Amino acid sequence: MQSTSHSFKDNARAAMANPTLQRAMGNMRHGFLAKRLAAIDRLPEFDALRDRARDIKNHALEHLDVYLEAWEAKVVSAGGHVHWARDAEEARRIVLAICQRLDARTVTKGKSMIAEEIALNPFLEANGIVPVETDLGEYIIQIRNESPSHIIAPAIHLVQDQIEQSFREIHTQFDRDRPLVEPRQLVDEARGVLRDKFIAADVGITGANFLVAETGSSIIVTNEGNGDLTQTLTKAHIVVTSLEKIVPTLEDAQTILRVLARSATGQEYSVYTTVSTGPRRPNDLDGPGEYHVVLLDNGRSRMLGTEFQDMLRCIRCGACMNHCPVYATVGGHAYGWVYPGPMGAVLTPSLIGVDEAGHLPNASTFCGKCESVCPMRIPLPKMMRHWREREFERHLSPAAMRWGIAAWAFLAKRPKLYRWVSGLTANVLGLLGRAHGSFRNLPLAGGWTLGRDMPTPQGETFHRAWARRRPRGTHS
Amino acid sequence: MSARDDILDGVRWSLGRSDGDGAAERVRQRIGEHRRNPIPTRGQDNGAAALKRFIAEAEMVSATIAPVAAEADVPGAVVAYLASHNLPARVAMAPDPSLARIPWSDRPTLEIRRGAAHPDDQVSVTPVFAAIAETGTLMLISGPGTPTTLNLLPDDHIVVLRASQIVGSYEDAWDQLRRARERDGTLDMPRTVNFITGPSRTGDIEQKLVMGAHGPRRLHIVLIEDHG
Repeated sequence: MQSTSHSFKDNARAAMANPTLQRAMGNMRHGFLAKRLAAIDRLPEFDALRDRARDIKNHALEHLDVYLEAWEAKVVSAGGHVHWARDAEEARRIVLAICQRLDARTVTKGKSMIAEEIALNPFLEANGIVPVETDLGEYIIQIRNESPSHIIAPAIHLVQDQIEQSFREIHTQFDRDRPLVEPRQLVDEARGVLRDKFIAADVGITGANFLVAETGSSIIVTNEGNGDLTQTLTKAHIVVTSLEKIVPTLEDAQTILRVLARSATGQEYSVYTTVSTGPRRPNDLDGPGEYHVVLLDNGRSRMLGTEFQDMLRCIRCGACMNHCPVYATVGGHAYGWVYPGPMGAVLTPSLIGVDEAGHLPNASTFCGKCESVCPMRIPLPKMMRHWREREFERHLSPAAMRWGIAAWAFLAKRPKLYRWVSGLTANVLGLLGRAHGSFRNLPLAGGWTLGRDMPTPQGETFHRAWARRRPRGTHS
Repeated sequence: MSARDDILDGVRWSLGRSDGDGAAERVRQRIGEHRRNPIPTRGQDNGAAALKRFIAEAEMVSATIAPVAAEADVPGAVVAYLASHNLPARVAMAPDPSLARIPWSDRPTLEIRRGAAHPDDQVSVTPVFAAIAETGTLMLISGPGTPTTLNLLPDDHIVVLRASQIVGSYEDAWDQLRRARERDGTLDMPRTVNFITGPSRTGDIEQKLVMGAHGPRRLHIVLIEDHG
């Protein structure tokens, strides 16, 4: 997928001026957020499970090489195949080669962010194979030629009227005057259209939420059942996934599954949790004849052993973006690549470079909500700060910002001067603004005051107020 | 150098892995011991408490439950369900021994086809391997008598569950599966294990909940109360 992360600022400005998008984003609050709280209320052990989930993934990452080998051996002994892919290009070619060998004309797809990451659909299309997205949200954005704006709710940026319009444009086989005003009617229409695709498809592609070293299994979690139909009705099931999805045992997967759905949609458990191990057995009456896993690295192994290793614990629940004030304001497309929101702000620079995606870790108020809701306890703000540091070191940040930080650093290293300057500023601003109570705009801070007012200082700095209040005899 | 070796070397280099650091042994042990992580209180029920919790949780996710006293009552419950939804008296059934011993011939009007699902099947009847009280979840495994398509393609999925199959937690269910596979001397794992928690649904249109996205629109559990 071609990144537009470098134009985040323009993307965000356009998003904020788009009333339809703003209306769609408003749906998030009564949906995911409220349901998550209700689900957590019913599970007093939730925080203890988060700790354990974090520990499991840390252990798996610290032994990743050994777990990958153990998992691979199990996949092979169950009759499956593992294909290692260093980058997106390799992964795409592997998928294509399997499809071509099976003379595949159409492939159905369950929702997979890795497939987005490697831009699989345009590549298959260019090679004469028709990919059909089957998750309802993914299907909607596929027929609209859009990309997902959320990692678990890909069409969250759309309102119902837009979906109805797209169905009328694409599903020309139906009566033009049919009623499509209820979500029920839209879902039924998509169900009918996609049912035929499931049955006609030659190959089914899904992602994986987990890879289990103990059994060589891949696990997917869905609510619609599309991922299951995708992998059951075709000649071959191809799992496209990445190497950090590994967990040691089924027990470990279960512990993380207990926090996944609750964090994601606020369900206690997703409708379908499906554990797949190898192709159909000799006496089975259905199931795919072949089982392949395409295992993508794409820069992840380089994150190990760095300050970004914790990011590899991410289980793609989407809680961080659901709770992010920036994401809720600009939507997912503004981030410009596959992964939006706080997790995207950390992961995207790792995968496509901080030169391209440097704006993303800056698009945060550091309110800390993302870290507080992350089921894997990933310190997202801390890692965004690491990216900001790197960006600064590499002279990628804008001149005005560098100058401002340099000026502040100069003062901060000279406490007397700092107190004098801050005291003077507080006095002057206090005198100027007291009549109004706040400033609607300030010189040199036009961008900052565009969206908020600066309260008038009350004439005294914090240092001075603290010195006045401090009990006698204590030291600072 | 192959992609596999390249990636694994990269991982080892990043982790600072050295031979003889005991990693292989730690991993072998961890995988082998099936150690349980803490299980929430609500997953620790058994017997009557697990039964009660299973029913409450399954109903909360919009499954429907018809309790019957004995195996012989199952055909009647299936026919009653079909009639209540104006469905034809015709089902696709899993060709599994556990269902074969149910006296279906008591209901001669019920048309039964045994095998994998066809695209035009409206109703399926399957057994389950276990049920998990913690979240009202059914555990179904693929096998010669239990094709997966029956769990997915029809609009109505009817499962026959015995109360004695209900366990507290997912971990209990995995242990049962491991024991069963050991007993049978089969492969480690079935091709597919389906955990099903209520009927199919989507929230992809403005987060409004709609049932029956791709899988069954309704999930009906005929529960044989065979607890002692």
